[in-house]
Parts: sequence; structure tokens; C-alpha cells
Amino acid sequence: MDDSLLEKKEGVVDNDNENTTWVEYWLEGELVHRSAHVTLKKPTTYLAAEAASIT
Amino acid sequence: MCTSFMGELMTATHNFGASPIRAATTADTFKAALYLTSATVNASTTAYSSTNEVTGTGYTAGGVTVTNATAPIAANSSATAGVAYWTPSASITYTTVTLSTAFDCVLIYNSTQSNKAVSVHTFGSQTITAGTFTLTMPSNTTSTALLRLSTT
Repeated sequence: MDDSLLEKKEGVVDNDNENTTWVEYWLEGELVHRSAHVTLKKPTTYLAAEAASIT
Repeated sequence: MCTSFMGELMTATHNFGASPIRAATTADTFKAALYLTSATVNASTTAYSSTNEVTGTGYTAGGVTVTNATAPIAANSSATAGVAYWTPSASITYTTVTLSTAFDCVLIYNSTQSNKAVSVHTFGSQTITAGTFTLTMPSNTTSTALLRLSTT
């Protein structure tokens, strides 16, 4: 296949939750490839309550 | 709460009640499954289910195995505060897949222990066409690790 026939589209989403990049290749109006790369930013956190003091 | 205790929770040292029988002292196997935007996967999820999991070329139900080469760490920051944390040691990658229906979350679960749920992580909805979907993990630090048990 002649790669010059492919149209490349790229995008970025960046917010508090993630940084995502994606790339698409289109051939004659048809999506033939799409990949995405998500970097997670927010950890899952459990805040433990302090145990009652022993007096 | 002792920071060491939080770390030991992550390695199944303590047992206040009935516990599963552990077949080995090695780390369990954790997997990562992707779910459609229509799925309800959240803090109330108790175990992996194939309901509303993505389907498509190159994707196997249940997802992929999470690389776990780094044990949990417990770090004390003061007399009253600390964090226990863990992050997969490599990106979670679904290679050469076609996932045509939009998905927006991943469930990490313990396939060694009856597929019990660990955590759910959401992101903007995605589709993949003959491509690769990669979830890159945050840095494994006290403040950014993927899973944190914290008294701070």
C-alpha cells in the first residue's frame, strides 16, 4: 500500500485525570488505524482513619 | 495507625477474620479488564465480571496480566502519618486490538483470589481500530502511586 494515501490525525487530551494522546490513519475516508495512549494521573487513595488513642 | 500495618495489608500479613487459603507466598496475579462506557464499574464492584466488558478482535475476556515486579512500599512521613503504596511496574498494554464500542475504564482485579476487585480507573472514552491501547502508570511515589493507603 502506498503510505502517502493515508491521512494522519492526532490529538491530545490533558486534564487532572489523564494525559491521553491518540493517532488515527484514514484511507479514502475509512478509519483503518486508531491507537491511544492514556497516562493515568490520579491515584486511588484510601485515607485511613486514625485508631482511637489508648489512654 | 502504624504505617507498616498498611503496607502489610497489601501483602496479606494480617488477618482479623476468615481468610482465603493462600496457595503460595509469592505475589498474586493481577489482571486488567476494560469496560464499555455503558458499564457500571465503581467502588461497589467486588469482582471481575464479563458483563459490559469490551469485546473485539485481539482482546481476550478478562483482559491482560498486570506486570508486578515491585512490591508495595510503606513510608512513614511523621509520627502520625504515612503511606503504603503500589503501582504496576509496567504499562498495561492491549496490542493489536479492535475495540469498536467506546470504553472508558479499567478494572484491576486479583485473578489468583477468585477475581476479586482491586481498583477502578476511568479515562476519556476511547475506541481502537487495528491498533494498541496503552495505559501508562503514574510514578510509584508516596503521592502519585496507583494505589495508596494513607493517613495523610
